[in-house]
Amino acid sequence: MPGCEAAKSEMAEFWHIHEGFEEAVKKHFAEPPEADVSLDSLIPEKDFNSAGKGSADVKNLLKRLGVNPEILRRVAVAAYEAEINVAAHSSGGAMLSHVYPDLIHMIFQDNGPGIGNIEQAMVPGYSTADDMVREMGFGAGLGLPNIKKNTDALHISSAAGDTTTLEFLIFFRQDG
Amino acid sequence: MTILNAHLLDAEVLTPEADLDVEVPCAFSSDLISDILMCTKEPTLLLTGLTNNQVIRLSDMIDIVGIVFVRGKRPLDEVIEMARERSLPLFCSNLTMYRSSGLLFNAGLRSCKI
Repeated sequence: MPGCEAAKSEMAEFWHIHEGFEEAVKKHFAEPPEADVSLDSLIPEKDFNSAGKGSADVKNLLKRLGVNPEILRRVAVAAYEAEINVAAHSSGGAMLSHVYPDLIHMIFQDNGPGIGNIEQAMVPGYSTADDMVREMGFGAGLGLPNIKKNTDALHISSAAGDTTTLEFLIFFRQDG
Repeated sequence: MTILNAHLLDAEVLTPEADLDVEVPCAFSSDLISDILMCTKEPTLLLTGLTNNQVIRLSDMIDIVGIVFVRGKRPLDEVIEMARERSLPLFCSNLTMYRSSGLLFNAGLRSCKI
């Protein structure tokens, strides 16, 4: 697929593109235009005091840009789930958002330890969250399915013992 | 109904300065954050036993118009302060989630659409 980084031999890839968006997604990754606005923030490991702030900032930016409320909700939910995933399951990472006139491209990159089986992680209800994370109300096993449901294109690249990159696209001009 | 109807639950208001005349079209009850994120697509009153700061943070992402903490759960002052900053009404009830939900449902508050 276009947009994939040169894969390490054992690196697993997951792609999900919602029907009807194949051409637009392909075009975006084939000729990435210059972003109008970019935002980035760090996601420290297990820092649930600040987790979610980065996603709220992105939502507020899009709101100021006049993006419609249903799209705002989808971006906020997908971004928040991805941000929490990095905080809860990795040794920390960062999120990067590129805003274009017609879409947002968000990239979540962590420092490992990676996802051994991405297909399994996508199954609703499957979770590897620890007790501390579960006590906070996370660990329902719906994070990745929720991201998939709210995005137009989702790409995950990971391997056990390696880093994880999760990126998604959400287009602005559509019916929710 | 307005958020004032949370008084049906013998609830204590934790944020007296918040606007309690806010219209509440529907409610959702859950202790799982992903469920709350998945099911809240319109202005919603949340009933939950979760009292950590991430529950307040949820209101930055989705349209939560107020939160009722059930089973006598009470958030820390710093969490209440986060809600104040957002003008988000908070209530504390000793009733169970089931009973709280039933009382509000009987009073005409519908479930959120999922």
